[in-house]
Order: sequence, then C-alpha cells, then structure tokens
Amino acid sequence: MCLAIPGKLLEIVDENGLKMGTVDVNGSKTRACLEYVPDIQVGQYTIIHAGFALKIIDEEEAAESLKLWEELFESGAFLPDEEPPSPESL
Amino acid sequence: MTIVPVCPSPILQHETVQMAHGAGGRLSQTLMQRVFMPHLHNAFLDLLDDQAKLDLPAGRTAFTTDTYVVSPVFFPGGNIGELAVNGTVNDLSVGGATPIYLSAGFVLEEGFSLVELETIVKSMAEAARKAEVMIVTGDTKVVGKGQCDRIFINTSGIGIIREGVNLSCRNLQPGDTIILSGTVGDHGMAIMTSREGLSFQSRITSDCAALNAMIAAVLDVVPSVHAMRDPTRGGVAATLNELAVSSAVGIEINETAIPVKPDVRGACELLGIDPLHVANEGKLVLAVAGEYAGTVLDLLRSCEPGRDAVIIGSVVNDHPGMVVMRTAFGSRRIVDLPLGEQLPRIC
Amino acid sequence: MKYIDEYRNPQLARKLLDEIRRKTTRHWTIMEICGGQTHSILRNGIDQLLPDTIELVHGPGCPVCVTPLESIERALLIASRKDVIFTSFGDMLRVPGSSKDLFMVRSEGGDVRIVFSPLDALQIARDNLQKEVVFFAVGFETTAPANAMAVYQAAREGILNFSVIVSQVMVPPAMRAILSSPDNRVQGFLAAGHVCAIMGYAEYEPVARDFHVPIVPTGFEPVDLLAGILKTVELLEEGRAEVVNRYGRVVSREGNLVAQETIGKVFEVTDRQWRGIGLIPGSGLSLRADFSQYDAEKKFDVTHICTSESPLCMSGSVLQGILKPDDCPAFARECTPEHPLGATMVSSEGACAAYYNYHRNAYLL
Repeated sequence: MCLAIPGKLLEIVDENGLKMGTVDVNGSKTRACLEYVPDIQVGQYTIIHAGFALKIIDEEEAAESLKLWEELFESGAFLPDEEPPSPESL
Repeated sequence: MTIVPVCPSPILQHETVQMAHGAGGRLSQTLMQRVFMPHLHNAFLDLLDDQAKLDLPAGRTAFTTDTYVVSPVFFPGGNIGELAVNGTVNDLSVGGATPIYLSAGFVLEEGFSLVELETIVKSMAEAARKAEVMIVTGDTKVVGKGQCDRIFINTSGIGIIREGVNLSCRNLQPGDTIILSGTVGDHGMAIMTSREGLSFQSRITSDCAALNAMIAAVLDVVPSVHAMRDPTRGGVAATLNELAVSSAVGIEINETAIPVKPDVRGACELLGIDPLHVANEGKLVLAVAGEYAGTVLDLLRSCEPGRDAVIIGSVVNDHPGMVVMRTAFGSRRIVDLPLGEQLPRIC
Repeated sequence: MKYIDEYRNPQLARKLLDEIRRKTTRHWTIMEICGGQTHSILRNGIDQLLPDTIELVHGPGCPVCVTPLESIERALLIASRKDVIFTSFGDMLRVPGSSKDLFMVRSEGGDVRIVFSPLDALQIARDNLQKEVVFFAVGFETTAPANAMAVYQAAREGILNFSVIVSQVMVPPAMRAILSSPDNRVQGFLAAGHVCAIMGYAEYEPVARDFHVPIVPTGFEPVDLLAGILKTVELLEEGRAEVVNRYGRVVSREGNLVAQETIGKVFEVTDRQWRGIGLIPGSGLSLRADFSQYDAEKKFDVTHICTSESPLCMSGSVLQGILKPDDCPAFARECTPEHPLGATMVSSEGACAAYYNYHRNAYLL
C-alpha cells in the first residue's frame, strides 16, 4: 500500500471540480488526482499512489545524489548527508 | 427496379441472440446460416451432421479440451474466438502433436449482439485458417440473460503426435537449458488494463497466437526437446514450478534475462504485479539439452512469435522441485506460484 | 524506467554494500517500518547481501495487517448486505476475519469490488445511486490524503450513498510503542519513505531524541534501501541519534503541506487498536464530526460483533519485530497464503507473505 510509482505528467484536466492528470509510466498511462501537487507542470515527474500524485520528484536532487554517489565512490570518500542540517537540529 | 441485398449482414445490426436461437428450430437454423456458416464452412461442417466422421492419419492421437470465459470478450490484440482456437492448437502442439481438427461449442447469453458474435466467429475461422486446422463440428446453446457472461466457448482438439518426439514435463534433466520464446505478461496486462473501472490507457496488446508452426520448425531440427509448455494462467512462474515439481529437479533463472515490454513493465509496477505471474497466450517455455540450446534459440527467433526468444536459465540438481531466481544484485530467491486470482478470467 | 532503473543499478548497489561492510564494526539491529520496504528487501535478496552483523527486522508497516479484527468483521457484515456495493483495495479481500473473508462474501453473492483509488469508489457511488457504496479506507499516512479526498469530495458534491470504514494508522506512535517495549531490540530505523513524503520527517526528531535511535527516511528501490541502511549504520557507529534524509528526491522535512491540510480537515487523531499488537494511543485517524455521515460503521448497524483469532497466529510478535515469520511454528504449515491464520500472510505488505513468497526454504539455497 505504500507502493508509489514514478511517472511523467502528460496533461492536466478538470474532473468533477478536481484537478486530474494523465501520467505516463513507461508507456502505460494512468489517471491521477493532482490536488496534492498544485504547482505541477506537464513534463514533470511525480509519484503516484492510490490514484493520487503525492509529490513532484525533485529532479535536481535526484541527479545530484546519484552523481555524488558515483563520484564519491570513485574517489573512495565518505558520503555526506544529503541535506545541510537545519539550524534547529544543530 | 428491385434491389437484392447481397449480404445479409446489415440486418444483424439491430439483432441480438434470442432464446429461440438455441432451441433447435427455425431460428437456430437462421443463426447457423447467417452467422456461422458464412465463415465456418468446410467439407465436414457443410454436411450439418451431428458428428464429424474423420479419417485420422496414422500415429498416436493427442486430444485436448479447453473452455474460454475471458472478460472482456474483445481485448487489445484479439477476442475470445481466436483465443479459443489458438489456445487449443497450442495445447496440442506443446505435447508434440500436429493439430488437425477442432470442435467449437458456444454458450451464448440472451441479448448478446449478433454483430459481435459474427466478428468472433469470423476471427475463429481466420485463426483456424492461419493455424491450418479445421473446425469440423460444433454446438450452440443459449441461456437466459445473466446466466452466462455474453459468450463462453469450448474448443476441443485432435492432433497426431509426431514420431520420435517425447515431450513431457517429467523429462527435465540437470544441465538442460530453459528457453523463453518472448516477452512476458502481454496478454494478462492487456486484459487487465482494458477492463472497465481502471482508469488506464495502454498500448499493451495480447500476444494471442498459434504456435504450432514455430513448434514444428523447432521439432523438425531438434526432435529431442525435453519439454514445452505455454505459460498461460499463473504465468512463467507457474509453468516453471510445474516443470520443476514434475521432473523433481531444480530450476535456476536469471532476473536480468526475463524480457518484458516497457509498457507491460510500467503497468505491472503500477499495479504491484510480478510479470512472471501474468498469463501469456503466445509464448513457450522450453527445456532442451544444453548442446541444442543455441540451435533452438535460432529456430525460435526465425519465427514471428519467437523473435524475442532468450535463454533464461537452466535445470540443476539442487533444490529439487523449486525454482530459484538470481536477482540483478547477485542474491537468490524463490520464484513461487502466484497466490491465486490476481487477474480473474483472463483466458 | 526513469526514477526506478537508476535505483536498481547493481554496480551502485555493490558499492553501497561494500561501504556498509567497511563501516560496520559490530552487530546492529535495524527495523524497516514499511511493508513495501520489507517486500523489496526480500524480493531483491538485500538481507542476504548485507554482512551478517546487520540484522534487519520487519516492522508493522502493513496497514492491512494491523486493521483490527472488529473492523474486518464489520466490513464483512456490511459487504454481505444486498443494498451495498463494497469496495476495497485488492489485498483486503483475503484478510481472514474470524471465519471468512471478503473473497468468500463475494462468492456468496456479495457485490465486492476491487478499486485502485478511493476516487474509483466514489465514481461507483455516482453511477449506482440506488445502492450504498462503502469503501474500506485502510492505510498509513501515505494513503490518508487519498482517503481524505474521497470523503471531502463526496461532501462537496453532496453524494450521500457513499461511506467509508476508516482504518487509518500512523507510524510515529507505532515506533514509540515498539521502542518502549521491554523486548525491543531495534537500534535504528529506516523510516517509510512515502509516509515521510506526506508528513515530512520533523515528527521523527523527538522520537530519535527521546529513545536515542537514528531514523533515516528511506525509499523502496534496492539502491535507496542500501543508501538508507548505510546512513543508519554510519549514525549508529558514530553514536548519533539523528534523523537524516536519504530519500531527498521525494521527502522534505516539512512534507506535503496541502495533503496534511486536507487530512486535518477530514480526520482527527484517535487511539487505535492494532491487530496483534493492542492499543496504541494517538495512533489512528477517525472522521471528524462534520463528516460523520460518511462513517459506514455509524451508518450501518454492525454492533453485534464476535471475534476470535487463531491461537496459533503470532503476527503480533512478527509485526513488532520480535519474531521473524519463519520462527512461527505455524509458518508454511497450518498458515499459508491459501489458508492464512493472520493478515500478515496475505497482505501484499505482510512480512509473513514476503517470507513465504521469497524466503521459504531459504536454508536450501
């Protein structure tokens, strides 16, 4: 039930007053409610769960972390924390 | 000037199956003449006897039966009619038999569209023609509305087992290669995604196909294939488990070798379904002695339904009766039978 | 597939495993909360690939598994009614009640339908005005926004033939309950990535502090899981009881505020029974008073419930990570997916089901 699959938003429509979208998952398209990602644009990626888009995938963050992992492992260095610690947690 | 209608079909537009169509009287004859016989006609059917009198070629006879209740009746890539023909042709062929004759029994729901029925019958005729089999006898019954879901079809088939061929799920030997003739999950996911209630659009089409020509091409050159099965309900996982248990051997397969079309994969991910558990209607799993694996692979790939054939694993002495998969990460885990009715009425 | 294949890269997984091996100096017991993570670990054999000094225990992150028996019984009664179309996510169908399951109710003539989204259930209500449509709203915080929206939308459109049985549970109270147990062995947590996508991870910081455990929001693909385990090991080795995010592409500290707002409009926090575990205070959600007309358990008179659990079922201990599924004497004997004694053997996120499907006879491999 925590299964949420990444897909690309292809179009935004209105259905019964709800913002809905068609999301492409590797060539299969599914309908998802976009009310929880109000800022999403066509072409962006999101995760779909129970017919709802839950979050816009942060593509920069994803690319950064993958790149970082690759580079750091090449150089044999440690992996730093992904987010700089917030002031409250210091 | 009188205009004589050449083809009665346009009249069918507004007509549906009635109880009387199954009663054996005049309306039954009308149904026969207007829907079935324009498409299904041959020396046997044209006699309109209660039975087909056949001269069978010499050799051992194989006989099979299967009933098709798929819903929806029309799905991307086919319909219940061609499924009924191809499925029975394949059941004979995987036993090493050359299919020759089929029967076709229909249970029709009152109210079923005659246009749709004719489309299905036409598809069956076409599928039979392609597979070079004849439908030689049949039957039609009609039941009241709600007593069956539109149309159910039973096909039984007779074939002659090829000389020098011994295909059995008990024949697997350690050292055999396991070959899969193409991509998995196409049929089941085509059905799943075309059902009402799922806001899905996909281009996934069923792989429904007759495999007898491809099987003949393989057996002509390598008659010593040990086993062949078509992985229908339960998918490749069920078939491999049946083979492993019947032969009391272990089977090892490689996760990275299993071919899955991208949109089938996407649909499976979305629905949380394992492609190995999904039905196929135009695929083969073969077990063959290692030395012939390359030849069999080439033969399969030279045929249209086998163009994506791959080696997926091998038969081993270890863990008899169990199917184990080596994951992409190098770990190993069991490939079990699917739980049950993930996808009801897919064939 | 984008955002999946990169996180199934075997080379990257291998590197992460090597780093885990390098960093681990002693035995650590780490719990993954979410059933989806459990299945991914077992399906990909990650538990086999980790060094023996890392023990993964599986948590109660299976909302189907922890739905109280009373709710199941009420659902079965409601589903049996001729005026009801009962809708549910797929894996609720085989969850055993005291004597039957929804699948059996369907075969006895009940109109029980699988839906993939609560909005599908709402559509069924629109299309079948002469029937009552009931949806089994089961889930963790990941599913709460979807379930909330169905109710919210029903109210907005004035759809009256729709109601829900609510079985919403929350992760942080469950974590506290596990950590407070005298049998607890868990030293670090992989937090459920999609739960955190909704709720953020700020609420785990007091848990980390109070119980001195590191908590790492983690995804579901093998690379995500290994990255989460690596970070957890690093924190454990350094004695740092902190929350550090390893699912940054989807999880932020504050989470999805719009979703949280809608959840707050429709639901309120309550105490909740967890099947096999018992009462965990403040661990559930129920409908707020202004949405009480959508509460199926109020709408239908289903008060006379008798329940009986199999005495052999040990799913409670499994859910708390005290036992592994194959430690249970009934595992793969009296209890199988075809004849489950408890929910953990049938749910797509249940640990017992995962062990049965991927891990059974592992000693032979």
